[in-house]
Amino acid sequence: MKQLITGDEAVARGAWEAGVRFASAYPGTPSTEILENIATYEEIHSEWAPNEKTALESVIGASLAGARAIAAMKHVGLNVAADPFFTFAYMGVNAGAVVVTADEPGQFSSQNEQDNRNYAKAAITPMFEPSDSQECKDMLVEAFEISEKYDIPVLFRMTTRVCHSKSLVELGERQDVPLKPYVKNIKKYVAVPANARPMKVKVQANQALLGVYSNKCQWNRIEMNEPGIGIICSGDCYLYAREVFGDGASYLKLGFTNPLPDDLIREFASKVEKVYIIEENDPYIENHVRALGIPCDGKNIFPRNGEMKPEVIRSVMFGEEYALDDEVRAAVIPRPPTLCAGCPHRGFFYELGRRKNVMVSGDIGCYTLASGAPYHAMETTVCMGASISLGHGAQQVFDTIEGNKMRVVSVIGDSTFFHTGINSLLDVAYNKSNLVTVVLDNRITAMTGQQDNPGTGRTIHGEVTEAVSIEAIVRAFGFKNVRVIDPNQLSEVKEALDWALTLQEPSVIITRWPCALKKQTALDKEEFKGSFTSVYWVNEEICIGCKKCTRTGCPAIVFQVAKKKSSIDPEKCVGCSVCAQVCPVHAIQKVEA
Amino acid sequence: MTTKNILLTGVGGQGTILASKLLTEGLLSQGYDVKMSEVHGMSQREGPVLTHVRFGEKVFSPIVEAKKADVIIGFEELEVLRNLEYLREDGKGIVILNRVRVNPIGVQNGSDKYPENAAELIRARAGKVIAMDASEEARKLGNLRVMNIILLGASVRQLGLEEIDWGKVIAENVKPQYVALNQQAFELGKSLS
Repeated sequence: MKQLITGDEAVARGAWEAGVRFASAYPGTPSTEILENIATYEEIHSEWAPNEKTALESVIGASLAGARAIAAMKHVGLNVAADPFFTFAYMGVNAGAVVVTADEPGQFSSQNEQDNRNYAKAAITPMFEPSDSQECKDMLVEAFEISEKYDIPVLFRMTTRVCHSKSLVELGERQDVPLKPYVKNIKKYVAVPANARPMKVKVQANQALLGVYSNKCQWNRIEMNEPGIGIICSGDCYLYAREVFGDGASYLKLGFTNPLPDDLIREFASKVEKVYIIEENDPYIENHVRALGIPCDGKNIFPRNGEMKPEVIRSVMFGEEYALDDEVRAAVIPRPPTLCAGCPHRGFFYELGRRKNVMVSGDIGCYTLASGAPYHAMETTVCMGASISLGHGAQQVFDTIEGNKMRVVSVIGDSTFFHTGINSLLDVAYNKSNLVTVVLDNRITAMTGQQDNPGTGRTIHGEVTEAVSIEAIVRAFGFKNVRVIDPNQLSEVKEALDWALTLQEPSVIITRWPCALKKQTALDKEEFKGSFTSVYWVNEEICIGCKKCTRTGCPAIVFQVAKKKSSIDPEKCVGCSVCAQVCPVHAIQKVEA
Repeated sequence: MTTKNILLTGVGGQGTILASKLLTEGLLSQGYDVKMSEVHGMSQREGPVLTHVRFGEKVFSPIVEAKKADVIIGFEELEVLRNLEYLREDGKGIVILNRVRVNPIGVQNGSDKYPENAAELIRARAGKVIAMDASEEARKLGNLRVMNIILLGASVRQLGLEEIDWGKVIAENVKPQYVALNQQAFELGKSLS
């Protein structure tokens, strides 16, 4: 029976059908739901890893130990995992291994728009690019065959639309793939120069064999219609092109894209009058086609940024405009995402944003929203973990200036701290910068939708495990100035910042309060007794309309412009009390039960 | 048949996800090829939600092309306005317009003004607008949350999909204790359209 499922769900299903036994990932949009769905299959051992590098390295171990294994990550996650990825390609596998990269053309929730197809080329690994959910499942099963046949990990490249779109999938059964015995093989698995040189030769020879596969496989095919326009495309771009041109063009639809099928490309080019390359982001296919000496149109006419949506193709090819008309555009106002009502980050950033002579070095998570209104309390965001090391470097330079008053406050979430923040904090401890590090511990990985992490005390299956203590880690590094505070108590936040900013030594402040959306465990309920259970209201007779409460950025607070009074939406308020602490006339009060 | 294009647009928490789930289940029961695409990364943080649903004999793209939407199911006025570029311009585009405003944070704190003329701008560009206060209707039924099902009922009529057994679709996808209420909401939506 066919089911309507997302690409992420189809990849999970494909992993199950392919007999995969081990899966590891770090959450990241749009790849998060892959592991969440894999974890529903009890035959597969599934784990949230602290970061993508550890995820991939444990997948290498699982493959060597004889189990088919899969690692999933968003595109920037592969940067973190790039180190093992390149060498894993040299070593090869025992049981099949696949690395899923979920790219983000259009950058829905990412810091960049890098095209990870370039990784396949750089690491010399085979690569699949599915267009829809059926292909996600079928290609993933095939990817494990290719991985084992050619003794190499396979890169599986998806994009946001492929990950998050639903289409019909014919489901299959799980293959019985027995564990392969582990055989000690130092020449294959120890990548010292003497071993790695022949490994590279093997990988290059394999590339030639995979070229034969690329020309013959079912994933790369010519669809001949009208010969006037010949379109070479892969992934979701195939679907968009079909939508625009229908049977009015011919297609070379590519699903296996490293190595690219030279013979097939030449054959296609010889059959059509004009070749167009339609692909998102980089001219990955185009550069190859041009290198084959085939004239074509690609990035000379199509954009290099954003999604190659049907209207984009149509406007380039036929000059049809699609933007909103001016009158509507002028009327539309933004609806930016906000920190939720009751978000434990609110009180902290409200206080931090008021500081002078402070540079706030930020990181990746919900709290990145603090860079926007009304807080403007985050000045840098680069990549996971960078807040601390970037802040370290900045503070070291500020401190070379005579009479320096600039202090750097690095702000990082709990999951991001475990991801790569720990390494950065070691740098601070070791190289003695006068940095204030703040770990916003909201007891969950919130941004990607409430995943557990090493600090929550729960595995992906909800089993109880060691809850790693951030405070214990920090103290073990040798930090003497450490405070754990409740971020909803503004006086506590203010006092901690005053203390840290006057110290002439590094310090660490840990704010500890759960995400307002977290499904609290029994331990949480005990520790954070009474959290999110009360509601506040505005006594309009006392309110002076000063709007101070609106500067906490809480979505539960509504300023009534006509009345010049604030009010609180009781449906949204969960009683964090930050607005009540900000109100200069005590107009905001707790609703008594 | 040509592929039909539907957009569901609103704000996190309005129930667009369940409405699109029921819509696609109904379409599948009729044997259509169906594709659906969602952008919902920020929906839990007061952000917009936009769902594309396409159906027909054979559907390629999972997203609706600009100026090709046959029906926009608008859960919130500003979000319809924001996505108006998707609506057909040949006078055949239909908007199911929930007369509901969910103020963005900028309006709440007094720094932005909600576009007062949203409905007029929409009317001027749509072939047909079926406007209703589905939230108020839902409140009358005793549960604000069935607002989404009222809107779904209204759009089914406009999409000419009344032959589908929606009562069964609801029964199969909604918690047992809410089936009757949702079926009632669906019928109400149909009658309002």
